Amino acid sequence: MTEVAIVGIGMHRFGRTDGVSGRAQAAHAAREALRDAGLWFSDMQFAFGGSHSAGDADTLVSELGLTGLPFINVYNGCATGGSALIAAEAAIRSGRADVGIVIGFDKHERGAFNTDPAEHGIGSWYGETGLMVTTQFFGMKIQRYLHDHGIAPDVLSLIAEKAFRNGALNPMAWRRRELSAAEIAAAPMISHPLTQYMYCSPGEGAVALVLCRADRARDHTGEPVFLRGASLRSRRYGSFEVFGPWLAAERGESPTVDAARDAFARAGIAPSEVDVAQIQDTESGAELMHLAETGLCAHGEQEKLIIDGATAIGGALPVNTDGGCLANGEPIGASGLRQVYENVLQLRGAAGAHQVPDRPRVGFTHVYGAPGVSACTVLTR
Amino acid sequence: MDDSLFTETADGVALVGSRCDDCGAYTFPRQGGCPRCTGSAMVDVPLSRTGTLWTWTVQGFRPKPPYTGTAAYEPYGVGYAELPGELLVETRLTETDPARLRIGMPLRLELVPFADDEQGEPVHTFAFVEDTHD
Repeated sequence: MTEVAIVGIGMHRFGRTDGVSGRAQAAHAAREALRDAGLWFSDMQFAFGGSHSAGDADTLVSELGLTGLPFINVYNGCATGGSALIAAEAAIRSGRADVGIVIGFDKHERGAFNTDPAEHGIGSWYGETGLMVTTQFFGMKIQRYLHDHGIAPDVLSLIAEKAFRNGALNPMAWRRRELSAAEIAAAPMISHPLTQYMYCSPGEGAVALVLCRADRARDHTGEPVFLRGASLRSRRYGSFEVFGPWLAAERGESPTVDAARDAFARAGIAPSEVDVAQIQDTESGAELMHLAETGLCAHGEQEKLIIDGATAIGGALPVNTDGGCLANGEPIGASGLRQVYENVLQLRGAAGAHQVPDRPRVGFTHVYGAPGVSACTVLTR
Repeated sequence: MDDSLFTETADGVALVGSRCDDCGAYTFPRQGGCPRCTGSAMVDVPLSRTGTLWTWTVQGFRPKPPYTGTAAYEPYGVGYAELPGELLVETRLTETDPARLRIGMPLRLELVPFADDEQGEPVHTFAFVEDTHD
């Protein structure tokens, strides 16, 4: 089967960019990715892309080129970018196309996300009575996790401290000021045990990637990165996910466990071989739980890894080296592709001040979204 | 409040769920398809009025619409009540003090006011309170 390479990456800085539409940010990212690959939009044989609240991606052709290519809109919550990437991977791996582009972008209003219960098949009572709030789910999931694995909540501040430290090193990040664990712990409580600075904020930004057949990658770049495995999964019976008015009495695996396991299997690479990982840190607790759900460590092992600095940029398992969602914010459609962008920089050795030492060889990404969708990738140089 | 969530029983008001006649799986609220076996033999059942606290948090800010709580926002607890042999129900908790909430604490169902209607009358929803009668 045809192997797949990433030969171009482009990004519009995350954060708040007043006066610039989400679509304009997407067009900027797409042009950057094409320039990086030395290709034109007219070379693209397909496009997959999407945003949650900044418009239909396929309309970008009026900015980028009316070339007649098939452009499919992707709408998959926080997993939109991951889903677009998996669709592109399949298009190339199957032999249907040789080269194409994926684009993720968004522009959200300030404040927490609010969602219509009807979009999730839930009655209006669920939102009216104050249960349809994503921050609550994260508070409840980490509360149970800390209880089950005997982890002290202090580690949640350390995770956020690392995110802001990494974000301060990344010129594309939104939050670039370091915060101490003590400041993070003392911030207003949002949903116990998580404080304000342990949560990411809805934001703006865009990322685009140009993918091609691996055997032609060196026609376009001297530093190809290979997409060895990519997988997307939804929730199982018994998993504990956001927007769940009820849960089964028996516990089941999360979609992250399934997606990560499948991505590693497709790549023929073990979690222990990962040199740098970007995993969904919608809040501090998510990074803690996803570290184990992805297979990068055992449940309960995280506390020691984090306290010992193993997940810092210079550690044995650097995690969220660009500052993650905590420092970059979350433009839903772009978030999953930001992780891949960062790993490509890391594998190229081009991440600058936030570069992992000793040039990593294997990168891993994980994105997670409502109502329980996870997408993972395994990348190598 | 949505009356279809509730039923009267000999012991008082209970939540109504569905149970799959084929595989025994429960849901809340009621639904027509079974999320475990993909069957459609779901029957209405009153759910247990008592359980234990499986996890919890406290809502620290007033949610955006569609939340319709009283104008004077009061923080509220949120948790999952584990109803033995049935399922876990996401619910408001009347207790809002983190120091008094603990995983495993016994709970019982109550109706509590959470918003005002157009006439200024209280609108009720379900919540679980600590069950001290054990």
